[in-house]
Amino acid sequence: MAVHTSGQSVAKAAGDDLTRGRSRDNGTPPGRLRRALGTHWYAWTMVAPVVIVIGVIIGYPLVRGVYLSLTDANERNVARSIGVNHLPATYEFVGLDNYVDALTGNQFLGTLGWTLVWTVSCVSVTFGLGLALANVLNRRIAGRSVYRMLLILPWAVPGFVSVFAWRFLYNEDNGLLNKILAGGGIDAVPWLNDPSWAKLSVIAVNVWLGVPFMMVALLGGLQSIPGELYEAAEMDGANAWQRFRHITMPGLRSVSSTVILLSTIWTFNMFPVIFLLTRGGPGEATQILVTQAYKFSFEISPRDFAQSSTWGVLILVLLMIFAAVYRRVLRKQGEAW
Amino acid sequence: MVTTAAPNAPVRGRRSPLASFGLHATLVVTSVIAVFPVLWVFLTSIKPAKYAATTDFFKETTFENYSNLLDDTPFLTWFGNSLLVAGLTTVLGVFVSATTGYAVSRFRFPGKRGLMWTLLVTQMFPVAVLIVPIYNIMAGLGLLNEPAGLVITYLTIAVPFCAWMMKGFFDTIPREIDESGQVDGLTPFGTFWRLILPLARPGLAVTAFYSFITAWGEVAYASAFMVGDENLTLAGGLQKFVNQYGAQWGPMTAASVLIAIPAAVVFLFAQRHLVTGVSAGAVKG
Repeated sequence: MAVHTSGQSVAKAAGDDLTRGRSRDNGTPPGRLRRALGTHWYAWTMVAPVVIVIGVIIGYPLVRGVYLSLTDANERNVARSIGVNHLPATYEFVGLDNYVDALTGNQFLGTLGWTLVWTVSCVSVTFGLGLALANVLNRRIAGRSVYRMLLILPWAVPGFVSVFAWRFLYNEDNGLLNKILAGGGIDAVPWLNDPSWAKLSVIAVNVWLGVPFMMVALLGGLQSIPGELYEAAEMDGANAWQRFRHITMPGLRSVSSTVILLSTIWTFNMFPVIFLLTRGGPGEATQILVTQAYKFSFEISPRDFAQSSTWGVLILVLLMIFAAVYRRVLRKQGEAW
Repeated sequence: MVTTAAPNAPVRGRRSPLASFGLHATLVVTSVIAVFPVLWVFLTSIKPAKYAATTDFFKETTFENYSNLLDDTPFLTWFGNSLLVAGLTTVLGVFVSATTGYAVSRFRFPGKRGLMWTLLVTQMFPVAVLIVPIYNIMAGLGLLNEPAGLVITYLTIAVPFCAWMMKGFFDTIPREIDESGQVDGLTPFGTFWRLILPLARPGLAVTAFYSFITAWGEVAYASAFMVGDENLTLAGGLQKFVNQYGAQWGPMTAASVLIAIPAAVVFLFAQRHLVTGVSAGAVKG
């Protein structure tokens, strides 16, 4: 265990007190662990509750999940109680079979492909719209705060409520969207019942849900860029595009990189939109990895816990690789994230 | 769409009328798109249920959807369940993670980097990784269908998130305050409790609010763990109106409004700080 001797002022002050207290130890130099304990026990005590909670209710289930992914556990062979009888678990360790099945079967790769399309298109469209709106709202314009308030509204409504609202609008026979199209003499669109339309529809809803956060975060970033930079650039004769390219974009760098990372992860894992709008249908057209993993364990019979856990672990691995690569790229560009 | 750079304080009047018109038109159109779905649900909820599928904005305004919802469905039970689960999650989550946010913000100690990484990584855990093992554990403990089971599960979301966000808020409080506490002879706990925590109150409120909203709107665990009309939370309850009985748009829209309005009102007050918390916490991490 490494002992930081260069504690920050506060920790140091705490450490000094303790060092004095410890001089009662009969002269022998205390062990490294004891010394570390003496210096850092305040900090460690303060983080203990979270460490315990994470260990017990996240760490343990995570380990179990990884273990389940290496077994053939399903609804029929896990430990369960039927009335007063308790049946012990009878599932067996099967090694990496589930992973082989997942990666060689055509379902995982197909779902992964759509999940990537879904994530990339949602994040890029959301970011583009958010950036554009933030730029517009950053101008001095009449009624700016009213617009801002209205544009934030989708974020303020609980996600599942918004999704149901959209389901209501998308309804093929009675939905408002088709009524409007009918008014213009256009045939009803099967928004959620045709694979291509369904894909477009779920992306549209997710973009609608995501733009407010993007916009507000980028607006915050824009407002932290000093106005003098723009004035100076204007003096030097930079046009609007050049100012955007060389002042706004670099100024937004740290905010953008954070929100893009966050929204990529959120979108990749976006369960409610898909689950509540289409349940992954029609067929499996809009199923993303997370909803498919859920389907394995809660919607098919017998529930396939092993396969579900396997998909879960694969999702986690993919996201961690993404985050690591993303971080490395940013670091190469000199971003201190 | 307008992508030209925005000087922070462009001199008004330099913009041509056409550009002005373009800006306002853009904003009006996007505002309508942002607001309309929500507004439409509200307008539908105050129409008699039989007109739910019509395009008239107003038709025989009535509150019968609301009275039906409250009288004939377990909506209030669901509302109570959600309130209980989300409330307990928030209180426990904030309580457990406040000290951690402070320690991570102020001290340098072995294990800090690891802890920060854990907090960050657990936030990207897809629901799919934990849902099966937690389901099995809860089944073993007899906590399925119990609010307590859902509260424990939601702590897996709330705790890393609260700790992370609170670190961001503590970072904005000047260190000189800690130092003055030390000078006055306060222990680090004393400094935290007597000086910093009161200053961080807005941050605590926002964190609490955010974790409340997260639990309030959670769908996956709630759908998997809670069954039977009596035990559902709002996310599960609302699905009943759309799936099980065919589409009952009348009560569905009324329920949506009742769920959304209180959340939206508080949200609009808190949102400025929400962004600060999310982006500050992430950027300075």
